Amino acid sequence: MRSLLSILLIGVPVTLILCLVGLSHGFIEDSQKRQRGSGADILMRPKSSSFLSLNGAPIPEQLVGYMAKQPHVKMATGVYSVVVEGVTLFATGINYEEFTQMCGGFQFHSGGAFQRPDDVILDDYYADQTKAKLGDTINLLNAKWHVSGIMEGGKLTHIVVPLKTLQERLENAGKVNQIYLRLDDPANTAATVKYLTGIPALEGYPIISMEDFTSLLNVNNIPALAGFIAVVMGIGVVIGFAVVCLSMYMAVLQRTREIGILKSLGASKGFILGIILSEAFFLGLGGTILGILMSYAAAALIHALKPASLPMTIAYDWWPIAGAITVLGALLGALYPGLTAAAHDPIEALSYE
Amino acid sequence: MSSGVSNGDIIQIRDLCKTYRVGKVNVPALRGVDLDVEKGHFLSIIGPSGSGKSTLFHIIGGLTPPTTGKVVVDGKDLSAMTDAARTRMRKRTVGFVFQKFNLLPNLTARDNIAVARYIGGTDAKPEPEFEEVLRLLGIGERLDHKPNALSGGEQQRVAIARAIVNHPAILLADEPTGNLDTENSKAVLEVLRDLNRRLGQTILMITHNPEAAAYGDSTVHMRDGRIADRT
Repeated sequence: MRSLLSILLIGVPVTLILCLVGLSHGFIEDSQKRQRGSGADILMRPKSSSFLSLNGAPIPEQLVGYMAKQPHVKMATGVYSVVVEGVTLFATGINYEEFTQMCGGFQFHSGGAFQRPDDVILDDYYADQTKAKLGDTINLLNAKWHVSGIMEGGKLTHIVVPLKTLQERLENAGKVNQIYLRLDDPANTAATVKYLTGIPALEGYPIISMEDFTSLLNVNNIPALAGFIAVVMGIGVVIGFAVVCLSMYMAVLQRTREIGILKSLGASKGFILGIILSEAFFLGLGGTILGILMSYAAAALIHALKPASLPMTIAYDWWPIAGAITVLGALLGALYPGLTAAAHDPIEALSYE
Repeated sequence: MSSGVSNGDIIQIRDLCKTYRVGKVNVPALRGVDLDVEKGHFLSIIGPSGSGKSTLFHIIGGLTPPTTGKVVVDGKDLSAMTDAARTRMRKRTVGFVFQKFNLLPNLTARDNIAVARYIGGTDAKPEPEFEEVLRLLGIGERLDHKPNALSGGEQQRVAIARAIVNHPAILLADEPTGNLDTENSKAVLEVLRDLNRRLGQTILMITHNPEAAAYGDSTVHMRDGRIADRT
């Protein structure tokens, strides 16, 4: 019972680490997949915006037509994205014809293109999350929208609305905050980016290839995330250390007589310490395995409740890291009880009741 | 048993003193013990509580060092040994049987015996000849049971098997019948006598009970940390 409780307590920080990393990776992979799903080769963003946010002065919509006329640019479309929830869930206003032409069209599970100015198309993740169905009226951005279609996810955004309507409702008529460019040949991407950034009229606008943009989406480029993960890992080590230290100290007290028996048989201090550390190792290992299993449960729960807002993946590559951290904490925690056990006087230990 | 040092003596003790420190008070447990035990002898040590017989047992078994005096067991001088050296000595030179059996509760009888082999640095599986010893002890059919499924007499016989599985020079038994009823006490004492007679196992047995002491070849009476007489 003591061991099972220890394994459970050790497993909790493992789950926390794996969930945090899984959510980070999930968010990044989901963002990368949806950006690539736009079908664009080059992306132009507002002046002073970062790769993570669209802060900064919006881009005049007239620039969309200007960009479409540039060499090798096959087509251009402007979109307006706005955060709906948290930091990961956007609604995006699009010019339906232009955008579907660029991305190859939406795959609808039900319904279809916009029929009314207040129509909204949801992807299956967001529809599952909000239980929204075709024909429903939903509230977004302090306004009511009519669901005209449920589409397969992976095309830029979870929520698509008509660009004009969104611009009007946000009082930002004639503005977009991203322009997507599709080239005649993806091989011309680097040269086109170089050419566009050299145009004086476009000075200050971040113009970046889709490949470069998606590569910027990683854990190390998200401010404070790597540090936050390190803090959670540190907490994991401390919890593992404390749980195992208490658990093994209790075990040593409970087994004082058994330690005396082993000593009477000739067991050395190293042998006794080895037994305690071995048990701690297996507690750490058990905690890691349970933590991994619980991370699957957490992922299933998150997927059931918030599939669009909290995309989570299973971070297989972090299993050995989380395991090593946990086992290290467990071994450190077992050191003091182990040394205490090894130092037991055999006569006192044998007379322990 | 003989009073002088001879080559046949497996235990040679001269002027052994042991003083325990209890708080700020020195408590003398042994006050100058001289004892020789021949190889293959079955010696009973009898005396009242506090007479020092358990302390003598612990020193001969290498569980605690002497304060002064000389203790030689199987040719090894315990008074000059470090703690680690006494630990090594316990692996193969002595085997213990305790009043409370002291089997590891989570292991089967077989595994309790195997642990002693493992710690002793030998193959965990006893030699085939050991089957004869198990037959002698009458526990051959009970080896796959855990201690809580064994009677007191069976547990003590498993403890004896564990104590002798590494062929120790000396078997030290501390009140081996103290927790047993009359019938089981008799069975265990007969087993010890058989081991002594058939296998030539040297045995030192502490007891309160004169009837149990009578199973030995000779008896040492202890009182106030000294040997009072030998019969």
